[in-house]
Amino acid sequence: MGMWKVRVCTFFAAASLVFAQHEFNPIDAQIGARLYIANCIYCHGPDGDQVPGINLGHGKFRHASTDEELVQIIRKGIPNTGMPAQTNMPEPQVKTIVAYLRSLAAETASTLPPGSNATRGKALFEGKGQCQSCHRVRDAGSGLGPNLSDIGSIRRVVDMKKTLEDPNGTLLPQNRIFRAVPRNGSAVTGRILNQDTFTVQLIDEHERLLSFQRSDLREFTAVNSPMPSYKDKFSSVEMADVIAYLVSLKEPR
Amino acid sequence: MHRLACLLALTASFAPAQVTFDRLLGAAKEPQNWLTYSGNFNSQRYSGLTQVTPANVKNLELQWMFQAHSLEKFEATPLVVDGVLYTVQAPNDVVAMDAATGRVFWMYSYLPSKDARPCCGRINRGVAVLGNTLFMGTIDARLIALDTKTGKPLWNVEVGDPASGYAVTHAPLVVKDKVIVGVAGGEYGIRGYIAAYNIKTGDEMWRFYTIPGKGEPGNDSWADDSWEHGGASIWVTGSYDPQLNLTYWGVGNPGPDWNGDARKGDNLYSDCVVALDADTGKLKWYYQFSPHDEFDYDSVQVPVLVDADWQGKPRKLMMWANRNGLFYVIDRASGQFLLGKPFAKVTWMNGFDERGRPMKVPEAASNRQGTLIFPGNQGATNWYNPSYSPRTGLFYIPTWEDYSSLFVKQDAEYTKGQTYGGGGPRNTTAPITTGLFNYRKEGEQYGAIRAIDPKTGEKKWEFRMTDVTDAGVLTTASDLLFSGGREGYFFALDARDGSLLWKAVVGGRVASGPMSYSVNGRQYVAVSAGNSLFVYALRQ
Repeated sequence: MGMWKVRVCTFFAAASLVFAQHEFNPIDAQIGARLYIANCIYCHGPDGDQVPGINLGHGKFRHASTDEELVQIIRKGIPNTGMPAQTNMPEPQVKTIVAYLRSLAAETASTLPPGSNATRGKALFEGKGQCQSCHRVRDAGSGLGPNLSDIGSIRRVVDMKKTLEDPNGTLLPQNRIFRAVPRNGSAVTGRILNQDTFTVQLIDEHERLLSFQRSDLREFTAVNSPMPSYKDKFSSVEMADVIAYLVSLKEPR
Repeated sequence: MHRLACLLALTASFAPAQVTFDRLLGAAKEPQNWLTYSGNFNSQRYSGLTQVTPANVKNLELQWMFQAHSLEKFEATPLVVDGVLYTVQAPNDVVAMDAATGRVFWMYSYLPSKDARPCCGRINRGVAVLGNTLFMGTIDARLIALDTKTGKPLWNVEVGDPASGYAVTHAPLVVKDKVIVGVAGGEYGIRGYIAAYNIKTGDEMWRFYTIPGKGEPGNDSWADDSWEHGGASIWVTGSYDPQLNLTYWGVGNPGPDWNGDARKGDNLYSDCVVALDADTGKLKWYYQFSPHDEFDYDSVQVPVLVDADWQGKPRKLMMWANRNGLFYVIDRASGQFLLGKPFAKVTWMNGFDERGRPMKVPEAASNRQGTLIFPGNQGATNWYNPSYSPRTGLFYIPTWEDYSSLFVKQDAEYTKGQTYGGGGPRNTTAPITTGLFNYRKEGEQYGAIRAIDPKTGEKKWEFRMTDVTDAGVLTTASDLLFSGGREGYFFALDARDGSLLWKAVVGGRVASGPMSYSVNGRQYVAVSAGNSLFVYALRQ
């Protein structure tokens, strides 16, 4: 509890130096990130700069400046533009999206270094990096890890770099891998899709959708992400190439 | 002549018996019916029926369901009177059904005013009955009386002004010749009250303001004019002790919810239980659970009345698991504090003084950066119905454990009909569920049904869930406990040890209290979940 407070206070202090009056809570920003990806990203893009003249990631808005104005725009939309109203989204959820937008501004956006090459990145992804052993891109690869066919539409460069360097540290709860051992049957390893008090749902490397009663399992444990850190595996040029390839993956949903 | 007498007698035997006040007082003697919101004036949500037992509960199966034409939460507990079930389709449509088959006799549809703006859902938690009349409060703050046989409205009176944020969401309480309701709207700067209306005419008979007016005792617990918009709502139905002729009500949070700067003081009677004379509405005593609250710790719980030995002597007790994370036992004749103990993780206080006033820790105040407090804004429990079983002697609480919020203070200015919160809670962890998906990690907050020994406040057992819960609890005289949760299960536990005996998938959040009744000797268990009412009985 003590540590939490210190961390949060430091965070606010740092944020408020740059963005006075736009304090945000990091947990809210995390929650808002998910909602942003689900609702906003296909028009505004992962960095919030896909609509001309608007840069959500840098606090550049045409119709709002305060948090409250942003909340109202998200809820009510902007008439005669492509911005729809999110009438069914409760206000607390809308506020987390605003927190996420503020958090974007608090972090320096990272851009690809000049000369990064997506073609070379693809070769690294499929070869040296062995990424397909867990990740699917379109028709190729395994279903164990998240499907990356549209990762370029939903992740920022800075986030991709973080994940490549520290996969466990940035692992989202919905991407955790579990080992399940039925009382009668062989062990399976899969990514968690859902769970409740009595059951769990996984997808395994063969993309089988599996559902178990917890009472039928003699073991159900989270395992570390099988993804290695590429910090030392890839040179900085290789890293940039792989990210360039990932950025190019924008298959429409 | 003789034949005519026989005919009259026959006709009379088919005429439905009226629900007299004596029947309400003796509700425990007719467990086939469920005559008040919590089943009885003592609000134990305990059914005397014993056909369904721990041994045969596995044979429960769905008999019928009612799919509401409403996407709002289904929070109502039905009433059952002599084979007829009455419930409310949100926001304010009353339905009468055959309790054995679900066939609808009539429906009364009420269209609330566009001015209605209830915080936290356009919902209703149920109706009350007396004689041949049903009573319903509405989200636009009206009280409506309906004929039980036809659903025709008999009268419809204003309780409050919906444009100012007043609403009624709970089931009314009938006491003698009066029907009692309280107003919600604490998030809009209302001044709360509980009022009693004549059952025949709807005329207001008394009104008790949950915030004392100028010159009244307790008004000085509000700085300056803050009492005028101090909230103190009523969200759930009160209880009644016929011997003491007292009616007990839990009072909601002070407003603005998260910024107490302008309302310095204890803010009476917010976050209190108040004991009122049922005939006059005069305050007999109060106990405040959370003085000067800035964490939205409404006392939105049904007061549970228990006659039991306390330290070797029979005593009239009241048991209360509060949103603030503490379980209480209070003498309901005098209001004396007898016991207070956390039933979940609590960081805002660290003990009681000799009079039972909680000792707040110095950090327990919202601020502009955010104060981390357990329990969080939704509370360690909330309006979810608790239960007490006189057989096990245990008190059962739907609980949120290890749950916290960052409480952030912001400026607040009162504008009529606008939210008046002064900040709000921020999340400290990602919500357990996102839409349909649950990604909870081990060691994070969880929901549970907890059984507490009221003599000590100690936990006897708990049934854990991977998500938090909004479901109430029902216990029965065969030591069954029924509840559910956000995961879309309705289940039965052994009330003695918490072991799981039966479960059914209802496919939507259980945000209501289960109840039980019987028709023609067959016991039914009913629960509202998702947008439907589900009714179970033993396989035949």
